[in-house]
Amino acid sequence: MSKARSAPVRAAFIHLALIAYTLVALFPVFLTLVNSFKSRSAIFSQPMALPTPSTFSLIGYQTVLSQGNFVGYFQNSLIVTVASIALVLLFGAMAAFALSEYRFRGNTLMGLYLALGIMIPIRLGTVAILQGMVAAGLVNTLTSLILVYTAQGLPLAIFILSEFMRTVSDDLKSAGRIDGLSEYAIFFRLVLPLVRPAMATVAVFTMIPIWNDLWFPLILAPGEATKTVTLGAQMFIGQFVTNWNAVLSALSLAILPVMVLYVIFSRQLIRGITSGAVK
Amino acid sequence: MGSLQLKSIRKAFGSNEVLKGIDLEVKDGEFVIFVGPSGCGKSTLLRVIAGLEDATSGSIRIDGQEMATTPPAKRGIAMVFQSYALYPHLTVKDNMGLGLKQAGTEKGEIDTRVAKASGMLSLDPYLARRPAELSGGQRQRVAIGRAIVREPKLFLFDEPLSNLDAALRVQTRLEIAGLHRRLKATMIYVTHDQVEAMTLADKIVVLNAGAIEQIGSPMELYNKPANVFVAGFIGSPQMNFIPAEKLGQSGAKTIGVRPEHVALSRESGDWKGKVIHVEHLGADTIVYLETEATGLLTVRLFGEHAYAPDDVVFATPDRASLHRFDANDRAIV
Repeated sequence: MSKARSAPVRAAFIHLALIAYTLVALFPVFLTLVNSFKSRSAIFSQPMALPTPSTFSLIGYQTVLSQGNFVGYFQNSLIVTVASIALVLLFGAMAAFALSEYRFRGNTLMGLYLALGIMIPIRLGTVAILQGMVAAGLVNTLTSLILVYTAQGLPLAIFILSEFMRTVSDDLKSAGRIDGLSEYAIFFRLVLPLVRPAMATVAVFTMIPIWNDLWFPLILAPGEATKTVTLGAQMFIGQFVTNWNAVLSALSLAILPVMVLYVIFSRQLIRGITSGAVK
Repeated sequence: MGSLQLKSIRKAFGSNEVLKGIDLEVKDGEFVIFVGPSGCGKSTLLRVIAGLEDATSGSIRIDGQEMATTPPAKRGIAMVFQSYALYPHLTVKDNMGLGLKQAGTEKGEIDTRVAKASGMLSLDPYLARRPAELSGGQRQRVAIGRAIVREPKLFLFDEPLSNLDAALRVQTRLEIAGLHRRLKATMIYVTHDQVEAMTLADKIVVLNAGAIEQIGSPMELYNKPANVFVAGFIGSPQMNFIPAEKLGQSGAKTIGVRPEHVALSRESGDWKGKVIHVEHLGADTIVYLETEATGLLTVRLFGEHAYAPDDVVFATPDRASLHRFDANDRAIV
């Protein structure tokens, strides 16, 4: 068979595989969304069916918005996620710049040390972290979560960003130095704009585990004032009775802000690639 | 104003010594070119002069002032890079003016200087564009303009023409030569292209393996190379090197003869040989011979000649233009 004729067949297989993966990945989201708009009996009798006029119900959303302080939970989640991303990007990029740009004793060792966190899960240190937070009086504050998530996100951020920063032209930085730019100006004005696609990647990778995390909010900040969305949704799951309408509605609502943030970052991802710096 | 003195500059990266004691004197208004094979340390030397790398030891003086601890921006230099290194987020005008802005020059003065430089390089129509919207040649002109605007004591060029295509390279070379005549500024230029070196330089510094092989005007290097390396590096096609004993000459180890200093004849001559290959360039004809006396011999004839492979010919070197080298590869004067 000639190459020209086999190409559409291959493309079809590739697309088939991709479509299958998309279906698998989206199915839970679809199920959550669909059932959040149905009455309780409809959820159990026909979990796969779309809401019809007779089964359509907003009872779940009503429960979520009336019971508990969901707006507050959302706010907490947003504050924690956005602050953590900002800190991870700022400190991660600075550390990556130092590692890729400057020659100093122990450079490689420092890079390995900072990347260690990729291999060792931060949850192993939960007890020590909790003790530390208690000692520092940070339990039941959003600060404790932001600190932990920043630490959790930094290793991967430094690893990815330092690889990208090595690709930024040396001549460009040299030109900046000759023109009298400070090292900070070179970092913020020359290097950061050029690694924006990598920053967006890091932001997405950092954001999702933080938003979805249940572990640290439960341990470090379970108080009513500091609950995050994922923790807040737990109050509808009881030992004997679970209010599925409310749980599904809370989770559906929780998807929205992440999607908005994702759209923002992926725009950056595409835009960053199109700027032409050096040949 | 713009003189430069280097005294025993050494630079090592770890245990790898890249510059092994460089001494050099550049006078005000000179056009000096560092030339050498890749990895010879010429770019490192330029970066040391610019202050982008610290020398491991040695002293750098610009206009008599010690520069070892002076940051690049305060050395009174401007540099043009091979990859142009324009700021992607700034317009051509801002690219050219940034250095002055950082130095706190007032806006009117910046505008006049940018206008003057852009006029010189015919960049006026592009001042509002960003680097991404320019062609390679235009980008390099902007980079040169950025250097001119600073009115430096010393211009540093790091292989500025390497990324340009052949036609543009000749044109930009002419522009740089014209610029040097007009500005009468001191320029230091790094290249691995000996044609650029020969055509632009007042003084060529030939570097090899981190040390200076010879310093001289282009014609000095061509006519009186100090050693085998310089003799082989300057001139194209390369000089022919023949072991002296094959020619029955005593007192030298190697005899060098440039391809253009050999005459060819079909009837008689010193060395009988067979043509292996002929390159017709129009203005020149390059003939490669295999002779019993010398081995492979390159001969450059002016104009067009009808030699063909397997022709039997006789080659005769111009006695006055022979170069003799001793056992240490140094020229015997």
